Amino acid sequence: MRKNRQEKVLVAQQKQESLMTTPRSMKSRSIRAALYLAVAMVAISGCSKKPSPVNPASLGPTAPTPPSPPTATLTADPLAIDLGQSVVLNWRTTDATSVIIDGIGPVNVNGTQTVSPSSSTNFHLTAKGEGGSTEANVRVTVRVPVAPTVPADTSATTATPDMGSEAAFHANVPDIFFDYDSYELRAEGQTSAAKAAAYLVAHPEIRIVIGGYCDDRGSAEYNLALGENRANAAKTALVSAGVAPARVRVVSFGKEKQFCTEETDECWQQNRRAQFSLDR
Amino acid sequence: MDSKSRTLRLRSGLYRTNLSMLILTLAAAVATPVPPAGAQDNIFTGTNSGATSIRIAVADFKPLAADAQSTAFKQTFDATFYADLANAGIFDIVSKSLLPAANPGSPAEMQLQSYATAPASAAFVTFGSLGVAGGKLVANGYLFDAKNAQYPQVLAKQYSEDATEDSARQVAHRFADEIIFRLGGGTPGIAETKIYFVKVGGGEKEIWAMDYDGANPRPITHLGSISISPRVSPDNSRLAFTSLGKYGFQLKMYSLLLGRYVNFPSGSGSSESPAWSPNGNEVAYAAAPDGQFNIWIADSNGALARKVTSFRGGNVSPVYNPRTGAQIAFISAVTGLPQLYIMNTDGSGVQRLTDGGYASSPSWSPNGQFLAFAWDRKYGPGAPGGQDIYIIPTTPGPDGAYHWVQLTWDGGRCDFPSWSPDGRHIVYANSADGRPEHMRIWTMLADHTQKHPLTGPGADMPNWSWK
Repeated sequence: MRKNRQEKVLVAQQKQESLMTTPRSMKSRSIRAALYLAVAMVAISGCSKKPSPVNPASLGPTAPTPPSPPTATLTADPLAIDLGQSVVLNWRTTDATSVIIDGIGPVNVNGTQTVSPSSSTNFHLTAKGEGGSTEANVRVTVRVPVAPTVPADTSATTATPDMGSEAAFHANVPDIFFDYDSYELRAEGQTSAAKAAAYLVAHPEIRIVIGGYCDDRGSAEYNLALGENRANAAKTALVSAGVAPARVRVVSFGKEKQFCTEETDECWQQNRRAQFSLDR
Repeated sequence: MDSKSRTLRLRSGLYRTNLSMLILTLAAAVATPVPPAGAQDNIFTGTNSGATSIRIAVADFKPLAADAQSTAFKQTFDATFYADLANAGIFDIVSKSLLPAANPGSPAEMQLQSYATAPASAAFVTFGSLGVAGGKLVANGYLFDAKNAQYPQVLAKQYSEDATEDSARQVAHRFADEIIFRLGGGTPGIAETKIYFVKVGGGEKEIWAMDYDGANPRPITHLGSISISPRVSPDNSRLAFTSLGKYGFQLKMYSLLLGRYVNFPSGSGSSESPAWSPNGNEVAYAAAPDGQFNIWIADSNGALARKVTSFRGGNVSPVYNPRTGAQIAFISAVTGLPQLYIMNTDGSGVQRLTDGGYASSPSWSPNGQFLAFAWDRKYGPGAPGGQDIYIIPTTPGPDGAYHWVQLTWDGGRCDFPSWSPDGRHIVYANSADGRPEHMRIWTMLADHTQKHPLTGPGADMPNWSWK
């Protein structure tokens, strides 16, 4: 459980760092582009489910007849392309009043559109009508050329100071947990901080980041302040035990990075903490 | 029965002025979830001068042509236009079953008498024609005073736009706003306004925008990080927000005109929750260069930053009084749990408004008289109750107390209210089961009626544009 959590942290940090630096190769850039497209498509599909407004037609004097459910087909030609080429999407629906294609938006009930996806894409069509809704899918495969990778630069790693292993660090610098809506160190938090300070004083080459975290209740904006206070409370404990302030960096994550997403007391407690990481 | 007792608990002296409306609200709340037919301009905001809702007949527009494109556009236009007027909060819309069967397309075809008399009994009638001609979407819209047989025309508008689905929607919004402006006491309508919000998905949060009715959602940022707290500038030119980078959460500024990020230095350390002054010249925000979050004010380029508060515990979520620009409401945890405060922009006159619980996310009403905010009045481990939207006056009543009104209840967790520029509406985020990933954006009239969702799950922190 514990180890699992740390791995998640690492992944999150690496991801953030990769966002701050220039992509090293075409490959990583195209993967990022693919990620963005995938995220955007998921996001659009989540947002398009708005309530149907009052349909004035349904208020007319005509006698109601049971509406038939809509049908929809979606095809693409060709189904596989090289990066930069385009595909013609073709859709036909019956008994639909509104048709939405994720990533394109609301479209006519029948139509065609030329698209140039930058990565392999599932086009997903949702047709809604009086009689319900239906969906249709088509996958377009994009062949992305792979750029030759640059050999890893080894000189950079030798220049960084030796901070020891992650395992040794986490064994000696445990996270500090907090009470609900509090940033006071509890008794066992004081013990954790003393242990951490002893290790850091003995290893002066180590620089650390303290992340301040909160459980997912309450306000996002206030919890950033609470996370800041938790991380600073941990920093204060280290500094008063002899760790140089310049070695310690503080980042508040508020309630934006949850490790445990169950709505239980145990889970909330895991999320309310100051977490130590090596500041590589 | 529960909803009735809750409605009664709206301990608002403000309601006393309009007892009939309270009764109407009660009757509706008990009998059916449908909002009262006479849901009117809310009395809180002062925009209503006591007139009851205007009875208006909304005739479907007559098609100029019978082709498939015209028909589709007309359907979009009619539905959008009807919804705009129904959402405006100032109209009693005549049921379409009471209207004459034939829709007039021009003043010559208008049989005013058939709208003025029972069963329609309309005070005003809107009608017109729409179709595609010469590659353009052409619409002619009219507003007639049904009780003025001699000179009935109040408004005539012609629109010619690119023939797209979006044009049909935008033309409907523009014509609706013209009508609302004329019949709504001179307050501009909101059908052309935008709502900025946080789109949640795949472990990331990006800033998105959508039309006021939830249509046309589109991404603004593509940072692949956690971006929150969008606040659009009063002139719609820039978007301030907060984003997670290597050095934690910091303010970012995006130019909606240039389509790119512009520099906004907010110092070292964390900074968050920006707010625009009503003249657009200043940005207030929360920053912690010394490890303690306090309220700061800088000019709109991030320069000349000055610290306004110096309280421990965390001070966040500032918002300007949009009418005067001279006061700021904010959230402070100086006494423990976060509470709602107001102060002058020079830091004087700090006043606490809430008497306990857990308050967050203030939004100041356009007329300057009220704050909408999220409040969990029984906050604590295992405590009953939930986080709901409240409004509170920014000046105390004759008895010295701040008489708040509860606008949501029994619907799960609510947060981030944001007033519409006309002061008649409040948009907010709601999660029925309390889980953050199920947050969706809702809208309601500021008197808590006509609640309906604008988005599906995964949308949070709405911010209504200033115009």
